[in-house]
Amino acid sequence: MNGPITRLAVTAVVLLGALIVGTTYWQVWAAPALADRQDNAIERVAEFTVKRGRIVTRDGTVLAVNNRRRVSGKTFYFRDYPQRDLASHLVGYSTQGRARAGLERSLNDYLTGANSNLGTVLATTLDRLRGATIEGNDLVVTLHPHAQRTALAALGSRCGSIVVLEPGTGRVLVLASTPTYDANRVEDDYEAIRRIRGQCQGASALLNRATAGLYAPGSTFKVVTGAAALDTPRYSLASTFYDPGFCTQYGRRVSNYDTSRPFGRVNFVQAMQYSINSVFCNLGKDLGGVRLLRKAREFGFYDLPPLETPADERAASGLYRNGRPFFPENDSQVDAGRLAFGQERLLLTPLQLAMVTAGVANGGVVMEPQSVERVVSPDGKRIAKLKPRRLERAMDRGTARSLTIAMRAVVASGTGTAAQIPGVSVAGKTGTAETGRAGVNTTSFVAFAPVERPRVAIAVVLEAQRGTGGTTAAPLAKTVMQALLRGGRTS
Amino acid sequence: MITALGFASVYIARQEQVSTESLSYAGFFVSLYLVAHLVARVAAPYADPYLLPIAALLTAIGLTQIYRLNPDDAFRQALWVVVGVSLFSATLLVLRRDYRVLENYRYLFGLAAIALLALPALPVVGRTVRGARLWVEVGPLQFQPGEFAKLALIVFLAGYLREKREVLAQGRLKDYGPLLIIWGAAMLVLVQTNDLGSALLYFGLFLGMVYVATARLWPVAVGLALFVAGSAAVYQAVPRVAARVSIWLDPWSDVHGNAYQVVRSLYSIANGGFGGTGLGRGTFTSPDGGPLIPDLNTDFIYSAIAQELGLVGAAALVLVYMLFVLRGFRIALLAGDGFSKLLAAGLTFTFALQTFIILGGILRVIPLTGITLPFVSYGGSSVVANFVLLAGLMLVSNRANALRARR
Repeated sequence: MNGPITRLAVTAVVLLGALIVGTTYWQVWAAPALADRQDNAIERVAEFTVKRGRIVTRDGTVLAVNNRRRVSGKTFYFRDYPQRDLASHLVGYSTQGRARAGLERSLNDYLTGANSNLGTVLATTLDRLRGATIEGNDLVVTLHPHAQRTALAALGSRCGSIVVLEPGTGRVLVLASTPTYDANRVEDDYEAIRRIRGQCQGASALLNRATAGLYAPGSTFKVVTGAAALDTPRYSLASTFYDPGFCTQYGRRVSNYDTSRPFGRVNFVQAMQYSINSVFCNLGKDLGGVRLLRKAREFGFYDLPPLETPADERAASGLYRNGRPFFPENDSQVDAGRLAFGQERLLLTPLQLAMVTAGVANGGVVMEPQSVERVVSPDGKRIAKLKPRRLERAMDRGTARSLTIAMRAVVASGTGTAAQIPGVSVAGKTGTAETGRAGVNTTSFVAFAPVERPRVAIAVVLEAQRGTGGTTAAPLAKTVMQALLRGGRTS
Repeated sequence: MITALGFASVYIARQEQVSTESLSYAGFFVSLYLVAHLVARVAAPYADPYLLPIAALLTAIGLTQIYRLNPDDAFRQALWVVVGVSLFSATLLVLRRDYRVLENYRYLFGLAAIALLALPALPVVGRTVRGARLWVEVGPLQFQPGEFAKLALIVFLAGYLREKREVLAQGRLKDYGPLLIIWGAAMLVLVQTNDLGSALLYFGLFLGMVYVATARLWPVAVGLALFVAGSAAVYQAVPRVAARVSIWLDPWSDVHGNAYQVVRSLYSIANGGFGGTGLGRGTFTSPDGGPLIPDLNTDFIYSAIAQELGLVGAAALVLVYMLFVLRGFRIALLAGDGFSKLLAAGLTFTFALQTFIILGGILRVIPLTGITLPFVSYGGSSVVANFVLLAGLMLVSNRANALRARR
């Protein structure tokens, strides 16, 4: 009988061995993926025993802080957001019920001390061995709280977004999206927040419109068309065009926004200044859709705009087809004339629009937008620090200079006069995109100032407006830029 | 020693100091172990010296973890351990002359197994806990007779198979009659009481013992074929089983529904990682005080251990089980007569299989069926029955070694 017994013993040992393999699989191999799952209740609760790092702005305004609570012998750290709705879309939230969003999600490792930085690993391991509470690292964000507040107030009950970048570094100074929500209420009132709609029929307050809202840019896209044109030797500021009041595309007339009178003979600056669609339509036809979109790609289109927030809270800008970004293979696949002035299923995020503007302001080089100034360990050491990173040179320096002149004319005596700031030279461009509903437009305005040495580049996008970009969005840009420029130093 | 350290560790984690309670648990446990050891020295002096310490270690790990999860349960469990050790001692003392007299009562044991299994199905005393009718309630006492039925069945099988092994090996269906009747009755009762884990256990135990007795693979093959066919039929007919299987195949499709417990338990295991969170520092309750994993004490105690002790501790635990199983099979190899061999092999294989069924279920190696982890899970009947199982193995081992020593 010993033979069968031995074989049975081997069977038993193999079965038990499978258990060790199984345990190893779950604890080592599958563990990281499981820990990242949003429905992992164990991990969620366990992370609340970590003393999470704070999130503050550079001037010391506290955006996220811990609220210590002892429950049945265990200490938990829950989140409080003292500034309520000020920066909910950037900071996000960390809750038990709804998991996380924003920087609270994407930089969770830093905030819980789980980052692979050598010093942090050492400190948390020591804490764990001592049985001490693990402390996370603090985040210092680039947001300018006063300007952010001003932007939210200026947007008011309208749906839309304002993004301000520092052109030379890519620092995000303002990232406003309305309607906004009070991050403290996410835990208990999530459904109520989800129902906040503001004045528009659009998405809920939870959507970060600044980075994931996709809008028809209208004429603000002419900056990209202009860059594409001026980068070729064929065009310069002095190039002249004849405006009959419309442009013929596929045998159909595409009219100017103001159809009351044609402009006749104009140069490039005037075409920009008065946002003459027919001129840009012909430019687009001449350059071709692929070349226009290739230029757009140099500004960062067709990629998720770089930022520290979670990838699924950002969207790529570009031509959309069937709900996805679509890059045409040849010119026949795209209506270049309409594309040139920002129609034709072109969709942009406000962040991308701000990146385009900052590129012009920065002499043609687009910097990666970044919102985290530095990461500070619990004992005050700096673990990481913002380093300005170049995304791409999107146009020649000369092209940037020419566009600046044209955009300055827009604000000085064109469609964007509402953005004039006394004592400061402002360059800008208006945009008004029809939505298909009569008299209801998506309006936008981009600008940078001061022209001589740009410190801010702004993009304003408003949903469901009855006026134009010049009358609705430009005044908001002025208010926010004033809030930033008044202080003298912005960074 | 381990218990003392374990309790102290839980206590430190809980209250930042070592209290007398933890030490009294440890003291109590050590003295209990000494009692068991002395009884074993007297009644079974030649018995395998590893078995009792291994069982004690497993019990200690279980008690410590239960204590960490729920101190009240640990107290009750400690009482059951006392009962277990008493029965262990009684078994050793009563059968120390020659346990083989049991063979004469094999049919009685077979009937007893069926009776015990059927007991919970009876109206007055039976009780249903979460869909499975496994409990018997007599006054303040509750126990799962199934745990003892298992032992009775092993004794029956060992006796019957020893007697009929030659005939059985020839493969005439007629000789399998009594075997199939008893086994069929057991299966019927189990399916009727919805105890899938035990059904699986009995099935494996049956095949394993038949294989050892006949040294033929074809009964195993036929058995497995029948098992597959039966499983398919049950899968079609019983929604509960179908649900278990779909949870096993893809728990993530139903995280908040049926698969909730399995997924939570996997999260708990994964959370432990390599080194674990440390005893007493794991996460098992939500901040509002509710449990994150139901039945953590009983069926899912391994998820708790794996989280707090990590891969190091969990793998060590499985290795301890493996050691116990290897010692058990060694006893079966050394035993002098067929009945002893079958008994030891049956007891050991059941022990291994039970460990595999519950841990494999937790680890998604096989579909999950609720069953206790021997010596470790919270549960009186289980602990007591396992101590009796231990006594059985030690008796066989004692006799085998004594004979060899005399020679």
